[in-house]
Amino acid sequence: MGKKILLTGNEAAGEGAIQAGCMAYYGYPITPQNELTGYMSRHMIQRERIFLQAESELAAVNMVLGSSAAGIRAMTSSSSPGISLKQEGISYLAALELPAVIINMQRGGPGLGNIAPSQADYWQATRGGGHGDYRCIVLAPHTVQEMFSTMALAFDLADKYRMVVIVLGDGRLGQMMEPVEVPETPVAREFPKPWALKGCKGRKPNKLLSLHLREDDLEALNDRLQETYRRVEAEEIRWEETQTDDADIVLVAYGTSARVCKEAVRKARGEGLRAGLIRPITLWPYPAEPIRRAAARGARFLVVEMSAGQMLEDVKLSLDHPAEVRFHGRTGGNVPRWEAILEIIREMITGTSAPENKP
Amino acid sequence: MTTTSNLKAIYKRPEALKPARTHYCAGCGHGVAHRIICELVDEFGIREKTVAVAPVGCAVLAYDYFNFDTCEAPHGRTPAVATGLKRAMPDRFVFSYQGDGDLAAIGTAEIIHAANRGERICVFFINNAVYGMTQGQMAPTSIVGQKTATTPFGRNPANEGYPIRVCELLASLEAPAYIERVSLDSPQNIRRTKNAFRKAFRTQLEGKGFSLVEVLSPCPTYWRMDPLEARRQMAALMHPVFPLGVYRDWEKNK
Repeated sequence: MGKKILLTGNEAAGEGAIQAGCMAYYGYPITPQNELTGYMSRHMIQRERIFLQAESELAAVNMVLGSSAAGIRAMTSSSSPGISLKQEGISYLAALELPAVIINMQRGGPGLGNIAPSQADYWQATRGGGHGDYRCIVLAPHTVQEMFSTMALAFDLADKYRMVVIVLGDGRLGQMMEPVEVPETPVAREFPKPWALKGCKGRKPNKLLSLHLREDDLEALNDRLQETYRRVEAEEIRWEETQTDDADIVLVAYGTSARVCKEAVRKARGEGLRAGLIRPITLWPYPAEPIRRAAARGARFLVVEMSAGQMLEDVKLSLDHPAEVRFHGRTGGNVPRWEAILEIIREMITGTSAPENKP
Repeated sequence: MTTTSNLKAIYKRPEALKPARTHYCAGCGHGVAHRIICELVDEFGIREKTVAVAPVGCAVLAYDYFNFDTCEAPHGRTPAVATGLKRAMPDRFVFSYQGDGDLAAIGTAEIIHAANRGERICVFFINNAVYGMTQGQMAPTSIVGQKTATTPFGRNPANEGYPIRVCELLASLEAPAYIERVSLDSPQNIRRTKNAFRKAFRTQLEGKGFSLVEVLSPCPTYWRMDPLEARRQMAALMHPVFPLGVYRDWEKNK
């Protein structure tokens, strides 16, 4: 058993990373994730690990690249506009097959947008984001406790598959406080890294490069990446189901939206309406199986997001056969309300019409 | 009677330099700069603890020639990658090798801030006043009037501004320990270049901080000159714009 402490999601992510053996953190200020950079500036230095405020998001992600190339666990964090700047580095990390953990506490966009919570970077996170054919593993915690525990999983997956792992939170999850149970004696897993650039003592020199001028060489890299992605799809899909066994209406939501949906499901059940929730924990690879299973028993779907409908596409792609898929989304930094979701559930079950996107 | 057994080798390929044919054009300075670095890696006996960061530009393939660990960086981010490597491994010898586009255009922020933090890395900055890899466009260090693929009428300050003097720029910062500009235009200056590189090596190995050596280097291909003419023109065309000399020296309190 560990001790229970009160943390913001940003601090929990920082402490989770420290306990997972993160040895280098590079950041750049941006709201709403500044508490994370602030937490690391104190706690990494106190532990004699590397903390550096970089001159830009570009520099921060490339410092992560350098430290990861040296074989240590390294991470950076930011929020939406800053994550856009990191896409160049993420593409290179993918090409160099370097492990890295990147946290995105999403905020309203596009452009500078605002500093309120959002889930509008789903496509950017799950489709690659930068140039070239690559994927990142995307994890979506929905509580502060989960934000903490996700970090160890993120570093383990990054090392195991030599991939970038994106922890996709949002401004609400980053700034809310909840009690977190922290283990007394954290154990960070270690993975062999024979590819690391530590100097060529006793071996041939290692090269980490992404330039492959011969077409067949570059195709070989792409084939290897795709083979890795297929293994991740086979082994690492995670999700949580709430009362889906008999649900007529299955909500699909992640992160903050999933918290709101849990309340909507509770209220609906209180009215005798059979609603349930599928909460993807990995957004890539995507948990298509529970959606297919629910559709096979005749369930209908309501996708809830803080976006204009991005994960919605993955729900539709998950289906073998046509099924009713409704959508409720808020944008601009607004968070969906359970009342609005409950109203749509009522309408879907009783057939009375209700406008979809009213708060 | 002399036999090979009692001859002393006074010139050979450094162990740190792979026995490869480079892709560099005839008369290019990169091969000379590579060789000097590799001679010094051997001289200091640090081949097995050296990690180099290669840029985007003509030297992008440097990892095919350096016989030690190498990493490729996105264009201009070379000092940031080197920072991440050196911070993770303070006991290794880490250097970045960059051209003028990589360092003085797209990577301006990264080099200024790495220098300003006093990162304990060496930067070997090859300035040939032109983008060689992408067919000879204007570089941030192209001189006024220089004809390039993107300044067909010559670099015009009214439109493109003036060449950036990197050593002078970085010498305005507190942190750097050693900054010098050298040239590859003559055998004498090549020897001076080696001395400057040696000083940069020592700056890092003795824990003194950040060092940068700017190397004026010929690009006969995109200067549209033959190799000999390119070297001869350097003193007249480049040295007045980029004065050779020491801009920061921790040993001389400069």
